[in-house]
Amino acid sequence: MRCRAFRACSAETDVQAVITFWSSHRAELAALLGQHVILVAISTSIAVLVGVPLGVFAARRPRVAAPMIGFANVVQTVPSLAMFGFLLPVPFVGGVGARAALVVLTLYGLLPIVRTTIAGLRTIDPAIREAGVALGMTTRELLRYVEMPLALPSIVAGVRVAAVVGVGSATIAAAIGAGGLGEYIYRGLSMVDTTVILAGAIPAALLALTVDAALLWVERQLSARRRPRASRRTAVIGVAVAAVVVVSSGLAARKAGGAIVVGSKNFTEQIILGELLAQTIEREGVPVSRRLNLGGTLICDRALMTGDVDVYVEYTGTALTAIFRQPIDSDPHAVFETVRTAYARTGRTLLPPLGFNNTFAILVRGTDARAKGLRTIDDAARESPAWRAGFGYEFVERPDGFAGLARTYGLRFPRPPLVLDLTLSYRALASGQVDVIAGDATAGLIKGLDLVQLEDNRRYFPPYDAAPVARAETLLRYPRVREAIERLGGRVSAADMRAMNYLADVEHRDITTVVREFLARLR
Amino acid sequence: MPTQAIEFRDVTFTRPGGRAVLEGFSLSIDRGETLALVGRSGAGKSTTLKLVNRLLLPESGTVLVDGRDTRDWEPIRLRRHIGYVLQEVGLFPHMSIADNVGIVPRLEGWPDDRIAESVRAMLELVGLPPQQFASRWPDELSGGQRQRVGVARALAIDPPILLMDEPFGALDPITRAELQREFRRIQERLRKTVMIVTHDMAEAFALGDRVGVLDAGTLAACDVPDAVASSQDPRVRQLLDALPRVPGLLG
Repeated sequence: MRCRAFRACSAETDVQAVITFWSSHRAELAALLGQHVILVAISTSIAVLVGVPLGVFAARRPRVAAPMIGFANVVQTVPSLAMFGFLLPVPFVGGVGARAALVVLTLYGLLPIVRTTIAGLRTIDPAIREAGVALGMTTRELLRYVEMPLALPSIVAGVRVAAVVGVGSATIAAAIGAGGLGEYIYRGLSMVDTTVILAGAIPAALLALTVDAALLWVERQLSARRRPRASRRTAVIGVAVAAVVVVSSGLAARKAGGAIVVGSKNFTEQIILGELLAQTIEREGVPVSRRLNLGGTLICDRALMTGDVDVYVEYTGTALTAIFRQPIDSDPHAVFETVRTAYARTGRTLLPPLGFNNTFAILVRGTDARAKGLRTIDDAARESPAWRAGFGYEFVERPDGFAGLARTYGLRFPRPPLVLDLTLSYRALASGQVDVIAGDATAGLIKGLDLVQLEDNRRYFPPYDAAPVARAETLLRYPRVREAIERLGGRVSAADMRAMNYLADVEHRDITTVVREFLARLR
Repeated sequence: MPTQAIEFRDVTFTRPGGRAVLEGFSLSIDRGETLALVGRSGAGKSTTLKLVNRLLLPESGTVLVDGRDTRDWEPIRLRRHIGYVLQEVGLFPHMSIADNVGIVPRLEGWPDDRIAESVRAMLELVGLPPQQFASRWPDELSGGQRQRVGVARALAIDPPILLMDEPFGALDPITRAELQREFRRIQERLRKTVMIVTHDMAEAFALGDRVGVLDAGTLAACDVPDAVASSQDPRVRQLLDALPRVPGLLG
């Protein structure tokens, strides 16, 4: 395992840390595992119900089979994250949440099942099929008594592949808020915390192995020629065990349900702010579903629009430029008003700003800053011909991002910027792989990794005041929730935010606890 | 009811490839008669059988089963009216011997006890003690035993007609002779209408009440074995000359 600068690094400490994490998150772990099992069980079942008849249909019509397999192959090669992206704007099946995840997982499950159904049927000895016809079987009887039983071991092999692939793909479903063990993996990635990543990855891997072994056993039972009557009892027991697992998973997963859905983007500060909203709402006695770690700005915005999410924290400048495509403006009040009006037009309410401005921070290593006397972005422009830059996906694309910055300051990097995950960029800077990045001004890692923020002396960046934005109808239904969130206005300073980010990212404190302690101090 | 169970009237059948397999083929088989049809490999013997149970339909001419054109029969009814013993046996590998024999009764919706009774009777008929064989699997049986199961399966719902496609072709000579004897014993009892095809003239003589010789798509001869054996028709002689001569047994 790769060592990290600020954390003791040995296999034992990691294992211990993961076990400690599990025991302190027992209920959450059970709920996520439950969601994971349910996602895979439902999507695989649908894939079987659709895929087997499709396979039967295609096996009889070779002209249909080839294009169908081709299409399924193409679907299979679409990376799952991209597939979730495609489906975001699609009504009914798309959007964020479990439904969209089920659609994607089902599509992935279809290919192996269709293919093995076709293969299973095609490899049946023609003489056996002819015997069935000659004995006077109808097409349906032939399928029921001869073809399906003979193809079953092959079909079950396909189901096995589908289910195991499903367990893997379901971890990615956390990106669109479908829950499951992927939540720990994403949370861990955004916190750069191996413990949390492993806390999700290990049970996911064990689940995959268990599913694989269980279905392999079923496959063996079926392909064994001698099937004495007694094994029917074993089969009944197997089905009963599977049913118990799925039902109890469903019960565990249900505990995660709630009346108001709180969302967040996929980095530490957003998760903290999401948790802050969630605990604030829960204190009003209203149950909350957390869909934290939802991916980027546009996914959150879409989710808020469709009602998959009721509230999350946005930054005014981000809403202005990335969501509403308005020109950059440096006056915080003007920006807040513009954005509030734009939200109001689409049935959403921008609540009072929390009290800190999370502007983009152009960051360099502390050692460089001190050695070369770097203070402003103008200073960096001087050095830029000798530097390599690394930026997050959003910063490269956004209208208030890299292109404008380069124009404003005359940055001239010899190579185009390296595009990498925002969270990883801090570490890439600290380890010298890049020389300048665009981070968050409130990032805890700035202090943790000895990075220095350069001053935006030409006032390029618009204000990014953090403010909760909610669906208007939700606020109307829960007026006390609205009041409670409004009371947070102005109570979270930049210093508070940086401190919480530091606790989560660098000290690896549990976010729920960090937020609870912060709220306790507010009273 | 007509006395002919099966009748071919001027039947022509061409394979999808284009070669005519049967041309102006006529033949009739009486109720309770065993007709053995002999011909070289590829002469169209299997095709002839498939025309009877409507696995194939003739291009021109008609095939009548119990006096009715196969085109007018509902195919499923027709096939359950006719037992069929296949060349490769075609037992279902995923079913026990009892389930294989009981499949057609099951398709007919018989109650379980009646199916069990029929399976027992059929296995006894073909000389496989049920308590020993019923719960075994096709791949645990010898070729001869499998062929007996094939016959039992074909007879399970007591169809009046039985078609047999090279039923004993893949067996060693001793087992074959044993099964041929067994077949004659069963046929004495049941008196089914049987149409059996084979490439082996000796087998045709051993089993058939009448023997038909199929050559170039038409019937070169069709008569009782003695008459066929003394035929001077070169197409028949060709097949007769292929019979092995055992020194000291003939002449």
